Amino acid sequence: MRHIISILLENEAGALSRVAGLFSARGYNIETLTVAPTEDVSLSRLTIVTSGTDAVIEQITKQLNKLIDVIKVVDLSEAAHVERELMLLKVRATGKDREELKRLADIFRGHIIDVTESTYVIELTASGAKLDSFIQAIDAGLILETVRTGVCGIGRGERILKI
Amino acid sequence: MTMMTGAEIVIRCLQEEKVEYVFGYPGGAVLHLYDALFKQDLVKHILVRHEQAAVHAADGLARSTHKVGVALVTSGPGATNAVTGIATAYMDSIPLVIISGQVPTEYIGQDAFQECDTVGITRPCVKHNFLVKDVHDLAVTIKKAFFIANSGRPGPVVIDIPKDITAAKCRFEYPETIQLRSYNPVVKGHLGQIKKALHLLLEAKRPMVYTGGGVILSNGAEQLTKLVRRLGFPITNTLMGLGAYPASDQQFLGMPGMHGTVEANLAMQNCDVLLAIGARFDDRVIGNPDNFSSIPRKIIHIDIDPSSISKRVKVDVPIVGNVPDVLDEMLKLLDAGSAGPDAAVLADWWKQIDEWRAKQCMKYRKKKSIIMPQYVIEKLYEVTEGKAIVTSDVGQHQMWAAQYYKFDQPRRWLNSGGLGTMGVGLPYAMGAALANPGTPIACVTGEGSIQMCIQELSTAKQFRLPIKIINLNNRYLGMVRQWQEMFYGSRYSESYMDSLPDFVKLAEAYGHVGIRVERPEDVEGALKKAFVDHKDDLVFIDFITDQKANVFPMVAAGKGLADMLLTEDL
Repeated sequence: MRHIISILLENEAGALSRVAGLFSARGYNIETLTVAPTEDVSLSRLTIVTSGTDAVIEQITKQLNKLIDVIKVVDLSEAAHVERELMLLKVRATGKDREELKRLADIFRGHIIDVTESTYVIELTASGAKLDSFIQAIDAGLILETVRTGVCGIGRGERILKI
Repeated sequence: MTMMTGAEIVIRCLQEEKVEYVFGYPGGAVLHLYDALFKQDLVKHILVRHEQAAVHAADGLARSTHKVGVALVTSGPGATNAVTGIATAYMDSIPLVIISGQVPTEYIGQDAFQECDTVGITRPCVKHNFLVKDVHDLAVTIKKAFFIANSGRPGPVVIDIPKDITAAKCRFEYPETIQLRSYNPVVKGHLGQIKKALHLLLEAKRPMVYTGGGVILSNGAEQLTKLVRRLGFPITNTLMGLGAYPASDQQFLGMPGMHGTVEANLAMQNCDVLLAIGARFDDRVIGNPDNFSSIPRKIIHIDIDPSSISKRVKVDVPIVGNVPDVLDEMLKLLDAGSAGPDAAVLADWWKQIDEWRAKQCMKYRKKKSIIMPQYVIEKLYEVTEGKAIVTSDVGQHQMWAAQYYKFDQPRRWLNSGGLGTMGVGLPYAMGAALANPGTPIACVTGEGSIQMCIQELSTAKQFRLPIKIINLNNRYLGMVRQWQEMFYGSRYSESYMDSLPDFVKLAEAYGHVGIRVERPEDVEGALKKAFVDHKDDLVFIDFITDQKANVFPMVAAGKGLADMLLTEDL
């Protein structure tokens, strides 16, 4: 099962590597990982997408909580939440492909944020699955580069992760 | 307030923490610290001969006292040499503070002389670590380190201090208390859960108590003994938990696990309610977890570390909390209520256990011509009247010491249970000897293990540590040889030790007393000579023992607990 785990941790040198090291040392997998400071700069919010059995996820949560730098851990996917991921896609855009790519970007509610004679950079924010379908919708031969931020997510309504 | 250098601040903090002994080895990056040490005499420095031993010795001190052990090492190789000691302490949850020197801040990352990423290297084997980048953070970091090391589930904490920070100056202020928003270990157990557990225990037909190192570390032995006596249940202590309940008591079934007794293992396997306290269902204790879980039983698990609960075996009643607090609560509830265990039901269970006991699985055949290693431990127990602090290394001798020395008190048995580090025995004995003057200290070891930290004979001489080294010398890496005999068609690949030193002469060369014992009838006399005549000396007794002796019972790796191999001697 895929899980999105949100973590509040001290914004200190080495805190991220403690989290990443925990996953590698115990053989848990990381599908995506995003981290940045919150509105309180002494805190970082980290989102990890991982997968495993219930027992594995329980251990991951407990082991994360055990890290001294970790303040709170929540499994977002346990309840209602929204998730988004940002992707930048550089494509070869020449001839009739230019129109087609523009149209596809519109359909997926993406934006073209850089244009040259031969390339576009398309920005797209959506769920990971939707980003995947966008990539599939484009002729693979036209894709020059893709960059994805990894998932960040937040609970719906009054579900709040804060100290 | 006067200005102090970083080095002076470090030493002052150690004084504030009432640290009596620091085990260490000087080097370039810690010269300021050693200079500050030199200018005071409250904190005594014990100069070891290898940094690994500094950490082990601090660890031995901590294990034998409940104090935080402190080690001081230099940057680069000093820190990397300390890693084995740190990992050893981490696996057994021992509270340590390790201070390592680091190259000056501006050199970090430039491959400077004796530079290594100490914080990075130690990260997976510490409870927490710090790199101090500002002298103003130094005192508070040290306060945090001591607090983290010895609270919750204890563990080693590394503080890496660049050389320039030890030279920089600032005002000294030591915080009296410390609060960490991200670290608040639970102490009190959940009352509802405790009641639920008690209910299960009182209803049990075949109850069993299984306790580990957590009871020793939390100083919960007294409460445990009270509770178990009160309930009249059988109890087993793991290798790390020996001494939590008096081993000479009738309710004690011996150690469980790979080399546990028949009665302890079968009671673990066949009980209907298992009370696990400060233990972690380690592979060496329960064998194959699937086999263990295939038998229906209710499990109650008390532990301060939530991640230890339901890690290897699913638990029915988890209780997160500090062991003595939870047990106090249980005793209080027992006192308040009228219910007790059903004596008749319990008598049936004990009848079954006594049948298992009647197998006398620990019996071994004594020989006239050659010393049996088990016999040495039995005699050691007699001669020291069960009052010694016994340290051990890792291997057959460790198991025999655990099986045949009856520990009636906690903190008397020091060994590396988790990491299984050969070489800890002598440095553990050093730490224990310093912290427990007047208590007899025996280091039970083998000719393989003792050579892993043999250089510490020199430290022991310098600080006049009256350790008795009980060397069970069978000229083999015995445990390896045993596995090779049993599982590898007796192909003794690299397990025979040729060209051993003359240990008597070696001990003498270091200025100690050496004795060689080759006949069973001389065992007791030699031990008396060591513990009585040479009470204040380090004595190295080299017992030449049976090469073929194996440790039994044995549950082979990956097998279920009931699948025990027993000695063929009987």
